[in-house]
Amino acid sequence: MNNLLSVNTIRFVVLVLIQVLLFNNVNFLGYINPYPYIIFIAFFPAKSNRILIILSSFLLGLFIDMFLDTGGIHAAACVFVAYVRPVILKFSFGTMYEHHNVKFGAVDFGSKLTYITLLVILHHIIMFSLELFNMSKILLVLKKTLFSGIFTILLSFIITIIFSRKPK
Amino acid sequence: MQQIINFIIRNKNFLLFLLLFCIAILFTIQSHSYHKSKFINSANFLTGGVYNTANHISEYVGLKSQNQLLVDENRRLKSMLYNLNVDPETNSLDSIHKAYYFSNAKIIKNSFSKSDNILLINKGTNDSIQQDFGVITTEGIVGIIDKISANYATVISILNTTSSISAQLKKTDHYGTLNWDAKNPAVVQLTDIPKIANVLVGDTIVTSGRSSIFPKDVPIGLVENYKLDAAENYYEINVRLFNDMTNLEHVYIIENINKPEITTLLDE
Repeated sequence: MNNLLSVNTIRFVVLVLIQVLLFNNVNFLGYINPYPYIIFIAFFPAKSNRILIILSSFLLGLFIDMFLDTGGIHAAACVFVAYVRPVILKFSFGTMYEHHNVKFGAVDFGSKLTYITLLVILHHIIMFSLELFNMSKILLVLKKTLFSGIFTILLSFIITIIFSRKPK
Repeated sequence: MQQIINFIIRNKNFLLFLLLFCIAILFTIQSHSYHKSKFINSANFLTGGVYNTANHISEYVGLKSQNQLLVDENRRLKSMLYNLNVDPETNSLDSIHKAYYFSNAKIIKNSFSKSDNILLINKGTNDSIQQDFGVITTEGIVGIIDKISANYATVISILNTTSSISAQLKKTDHYGTLNWDAKNPAVVQLTDIPKIANVLVGDTIVTSGRSSIFPKDVPIGLVENYKLDAAENYYEINVRLFNDMTNLEHVYIIENINKPEITTLLDE
């Protein structure tokens, strides 16, 4: 249990630092930035307390907001994603989630892709609509969601592949 | 009472979610109104320190081009200095006639890809920086100081949908408001220029000096194209910036020495 706590704390700090120092300066084609810090929420242990994940996601978002001067958009998006995570888990992993034995290292590629894609798209839509804060710019929101989303999904997969433990 | 407590316990996840979501939305709304977001900004000890350390490492990469910029500026200032016919008798060093005081600073966090961009500089109250000082580079304007801590300050960039700066045509005195539509970091919009003004593509846009933040004639950009607004009374002008907002390092902070006098006069 202690091991789980320290792993998640280190993941939290490292993801925040990498996000603000590296991934926010990508600016691919002028405005496309990936936000792979949400893999912290995605790979939070599946059977842990829901209050814990909602609170820590809020903190994660708030730290990102503090660094990026964005008010509370990341915090709002993270809290929302953390709240609906069980539904997405059930949708993408089906019976495996109901038997409470989802191990993120051992699931097949297809369901993992569905899971991450759903999380990222939901997170990005909420974040960008709060950032632009204007109903008339809904097309711009969707455009940013699509491009940044693809970038985030790709990077999240690369990060998980690099840092996944080898199955023994 | 028992039922209320039961309800809270049963729905504790949803209630916590609702509470935190509302707090986050509150911060967002605050950040959308000028000078309001009090807690969540990057001008504090922790975030400023992290950005400062990162900047110490990365500034070596841009050393050459930034040196070139400074050399160019020196050359320009030198040529201005030697072309001035200053009478040695009247050349006094007192600051009575000086309306603006300049100090230099360094951008330690740049941002241009969002719709509300905020920069961070490495000067704060310890360097007597205050809210609403102007920030420019050698080429043009950058923004206005917003939050200040002891050693850092945030700058509302001109690439921010909430910023509005008074600007005018250089050749005539028709003035309007400078906004940004969040689409292109090299182009800003100048609105409220009356239809009677004779605007041409390629005209220079400068600050108007009507806001007591920027002095008059700080360069902004060139007219790229223009059209009449929906009511056909005012021009909407796209202005291509002189500044490359994606590549900023050394900036100057402008303090209007007469500003307290002006504001007290206006408040009366």
